[in-house]
Amino acid sequence: MAAPGALWLGVFFLVSFYAVIAVAFGNEDLLSQPVPFWNPLDWNVGYVLDVLRNFWHGGQFLTVTLRTFKFVAIALGLSLLVGYPVAYFAARHSGRWKGLVLLALIVPFWINYLMRMLAWINLLAPNGWGTRVLHDVGIERLFIWLGLLGNPGGWLDGQSSAVIIAFVYGYIPFLILPLFAALDRIDQRQIEAARDLGASPASAFLRVTLPLSVPGILAGCVLIALPMFGDYYTPDLVSASTQTNLIGNQIDEFTRQGSEKVTGAVLTLLLALALLVLMFYYLRTTRRASEVHSGG
Amino acid sequence: MITWLRNPWGRPRVLALVAGIYIAWSILPVAIAILFAFNNGRSRTAWQGFSLRWFTGATGSVFHDASLQGALAHTLILAVICVAVSVPLGVTLALGLQRWRGRGGGTINTVMLLPLVTPEIVMGVALLLLFLRVFPGIGLGTPAQAIGQITFTISYVVVMVRGRLTSIGPEYEEAAADLGAPPRDQLRRVLLPLLAPAIIASAAVAFALSLDDFVVTQYLSSNANTTTVSMLLYASARGAPTPALNAIATVTLVLTLSTLALAFFLYRRFAGGREAASVAALEV
Repeated sequence: MAAPGALWLGVFFLVSFYAVIAVAFGNEDLLSQPVPFWNPLDWNVGYVLDVLRNFWHGGQFLTVTLRTFKFVAIALGLSLLVGYPVAYFAARHSGRWKGLVLLALIVPFWINYLMRMLAWINLLAPNGWGTRVLHDVGIERLFIWLGLLGNPGGWLDGQSSAVIIAFVYGYIPFLILPLFAALDRIDQRQIEAARDLGASPASAFLRVTLPLSVPGILAGCVLIALPMFGDYYTPDLVSASTQTNLIGNQIDEFTRQGSEKVTGAVLTLLLALALLVLMFYYLRTTRRASEVHSGG
Repeated sequence: MITWLRNPWGRPRVLALVAGIYIAWSILPVAIAILFAFNNGRSRTAWQGFSLRWFTGATGSVFHDASLQGALAHTLILAVICVAVSVPLGVTLALGLQRWRGRGGGTINTVMLLPLVTPEIVMGVALLLLFLRVFPGIGLGTPAQAIGQITFTISYVVVMVRGRLTSIGPEYEEAAADLGAPPRDQLRRVLLPLLAPAIIASAAVAFALSLDDFVVTQYLSSNANTTTVSMLLYASARGAPTPALNAIATVTLVLTLSTLALAFFLYRRFAGGREAASVAALEV
């Protein structure tokens, strides 16, 4: 009974992934179209070595990769800083508003990502409402002073800060929900026990609630880091400058837009290998959580 | 936040404020984008009065402009195909995996879950190369886009249906077997009706995932005829388009949210609130 679905995934997921490997270790024809080498014995390591050499010598792939790590790390930190208190409030203190708060947290999850970016592009256009508000309340001046914004009203002219904030805006709903689930699952009695045993509210939070929510924090961070590492559309939309190109943009330029598909496949393969650890970590923790859930 | 650390049992005003500001920040920009879909002018940044011209007007509106209409129609066609194929495949895969006691079940299970966590660009590149080099007969275009969307949607269907299977437990099926029902009837007359809420919910989720998908759909598109609403938003958000772009995004948003809301209420009616909430949050 599982056969049709399993076969489908085998052909369109596993074989397609093998196609990336076969192209990465393949060659180009005269029209610079990729020629996959299916047999591992025929593999040509030339393109892979070229990419690795570029990394080794500090070429553009290294620059772009380091920038990607930097953006993802900052966006993750900011998302946690905003997301944790929000999830905490929703799980603990929203009281009779809980259903409504939860709805408000879920809705952005289901609004087209591109539409959410479009909304900000309209707001941050040079004469947009958002640009005016940011100017009037002094945030624009603060950002210019901090060196995070080039010139007044230039939010969309290739600012790293704009890309990072767009990342936070785009992906934070996917972080808040696992955080909420983790915090909501904590047994209130454990915190009461800590308080009864003399812990101050702050130390009860730091020594009970926070450690118990660590799995939720990690799962949420992995869940939003994975798509961020492969994102090319957010920088394209809110910056459109090569100064904010990420590894996703590099892959997109080589594979979809351009004709360096072999190099693109090598980069895709390296990205997938680098993220494999995170992917399996997430699958393992969620499976364990659901086993505990249904077993207990 | 400091007051909250000092006294989390008091009324957490600061926390409530942070949550309130966050919710406003997350929803207001989209609300303003929807407002501008009703702008009576060509600007997406200056309000010029209310009008429906970008939805129904004679020129350049969602319902009269050929390229906008084409994108909306193509998006809907892909969504219908995606639901029609991914739901049966996902339901049967979930049932099969649930009963799989032999070897290989674990491997298939892992492969089934992988699309949920694979960055979309990796799947996009992989499927692009697959259709260019392995199945040049299919090539890029509508069939490839549909296949791509189905490939990652199946996993969501399996996870949702399996969640329901676990909560039902094996008792009903066993009772039916004890009463002499052949396996076919156990499935058709006992299990499928019990699974109905999960199947409806997963169909709605599949529909919404397809409507909102961008990366895989863009990678597998062949020409202007295979442009979807998401692709249109990407291509023209930075250009100088009219509020018609906001209008078409609004139409898609209403479709997505109303489908999910309908499925959520159906699910809650048949399966209970707590399960429904975890489905809505895609707690996989």
